[in-house]
Amino acid sequence: MKLIKGRIWKFGNDINTDVITPGKYLASPIQEVKDHVLEAVNPKFAKEVRKGDILLAGKNFGCGSSRETAPQALKALGIDAVVADSFARIFFRNAVAIGLAVLACPSVSQSFEEGEIMELNLEKAELKNPKNNISLKGSPLAKEMLAVLSKGGITALLKELFGNEK
Amino acid sequence: MGMTLAQKILARASKRQMAEAGEYLVADVDLAMTHEGLWGVYPILKEGGVTRLWNLERIVNLLDHWVPAPTVQAAETHKIVRQAVKEFGIRYSYRENAGICHQVIPEKGHVVPGDLIVGTDSHTTTYGAFGAAATGIGFSEMAYVLATGKLWFRVPETIRFEMEGDLSPGVMSKDLLLHLAMKYTAEVAQYRSIEFAGSAAKGMTLSSRMTMSNMAVELGAKFGFFEPDEKVEKFLEGRAKKTFQMVKPDPDAPYEQILRVDVWKIEPQIALPSNVDNVKSISQLGEIIVDQAFIGSCTNGRIEDLRIAADILRGRKVSNNLRLIVIPASWEVYREALKTGILEILIDSGAIICNPTCGPCFGGGMGLLAPGERCIASINRNFQGRMGSSDAEVYLGSPATVAASAIEGRIADPRKYLSRRMA
Repeated sequence: MKLIKGRIWKFGNDINTDVITPGKYLASPIQEVKDHVLEAVNPKFAKEVRKGDILLAGKNFGCGSSRETAPQALKALGIDAVVADSFARIFFRNAVAIGLAVLACPSVSQSFEEGEIMELNLEKAELKNPKNNISLKGSPLAKEMLAVLSKGGITALLKELFGNEK
Repeated sequence: MGMTLAQKILARASKRQMAEAGEYLVADVDLAMTHEGLWGVYPILKEGGVTRLWNLERIVNLLDHWVPAPTVQAAETHKIVRQAVKEFGIRYSYRENAGICHQVIPEKGHVVPGDLIVGTDSHTTTYGAFGAAATGIGFSEMAYVLATGKLWFRVPETIRFEMEGDLSPGVMSKDLLLHLAMKYTAEVAQYRSIEFAGSAAKGMTLSSRMTMSNMAVELGAKFGFFEPDEKVEKFLEGRAKKTFQMVKPDPDAPYEQILRVDVWKIEPQIALPSNVDNVKSISQLGEIIVDQAFIGSCTNGRIEDLRIAADILRGRKVSNNLRLIVIPASWEVYREALKTGILEILIDSGAIICNPTCGPCFGGGMGLLAPGERCIASINRNFQGRMGSSDAEVYLGSPATVAASAIEGRIADPRKYLSRRMA
């Protein structure tokens, strides 16, 4: 898997899936939902986020509902990775399942500021702030998760298993 | 070394002798539940080239989030779900006149002790009240389960809450759960399994247990177990779709933490906006005027919830300054509330009764909030924007607290209404 390098958007603790993709847009196509991502906490985010950016958050990111629109909409906005002090488990699994890189690293939110660059090696669970050369080690992903991520998500995995079945 | 309920069920489901906390394993799923989420699963199945589902006896679908469809988009979602049900021949499809999944799936006998269950809904943990290892997953993972019957799991560590004593009158299992959130935070059980135990757990009704297992996910948990007992067996008589064996944790099971809670001390609890663990006891709250009161949802829309609300509202009127919305969790609950006269008491008090559905709980409809409005609700989440406007506020309480608040137009202690009757 390639090294991920991107500009940081920073969010706080307990960012829940209702805030990431509000319930009122749930039945809308993802291309519409993405324009409302995180609008209640940072209305600029969905408008100004660029392809290849990294989302950084505090504790318990993605708590709440099992809606897969949350990681989907972040991916649709061009976010390459979500890094947080800790994650709610369903969001974490859903991100892996759709091929969005995620890494938990305790207190990472204190080591970077918004707009700074983060370098991320997912396989080694290592991340670096090139500005001050501070390196941190996150919680390594299980090989099962890395396998799904390296294929690009579960849809690709299903294609491999069932794509030629008629 | 013995095993916790999570370890036992995951070991059995992956055909192993032992499952150690922290290890990853691939397990055979016993039941897969989808609601409108099937709309999101279907295109993944199609794109993945899946033409047959793994086992039609083990797949259940219904419609509960937008019932009946309040918008054209919701109607389109339902249309896709119906198409998927037809195309794949999904046998157990309960459609619009059943109710909320977490009430209906147990009522229809699909949930039995010891099963491993996944659902496209975070509150799938509800089935832990029956001794099932049940958890929420997303669309992609559900597509994988529907195609293969398998999914990988991390074997979770377990936290055991030893809840001792009796809840005081007017205090419900919802208050106890909110108290745990306040005391131990919404992250206490992140990636972990919970076993709710102790004399309070044993003494609780199955409905009250379901409320706590339901909200186990609000403590971060993957599973939220009660040890199944004769109450579960009795409920399943004539309902269970399959035979089952009772399952219990080993006496020497390894717990990450055992937390003891004295239940009798707890008074009604309120979660303030916008996190479930932002909790205060009602006596510490001060005056909070509310515009809407809502009793319903998979958390607290069962018959005992409607009954305590009716006990409080009997012969009284809902304040002119708010609207009270009551939504029974299922058609079985709805019918029982009708037969026992509970609905009439609620209607006489001025409540609006809607058909079983998730409704305003997640912002789907039937009572959304305008900017600046406040709602006291018996639901599971008070997140910003959860019930309509991002500038509205949701407070969480028990159905008894919601009923008392509906009378006063502000968040109110239900005990004064109940104690008078008991005296």
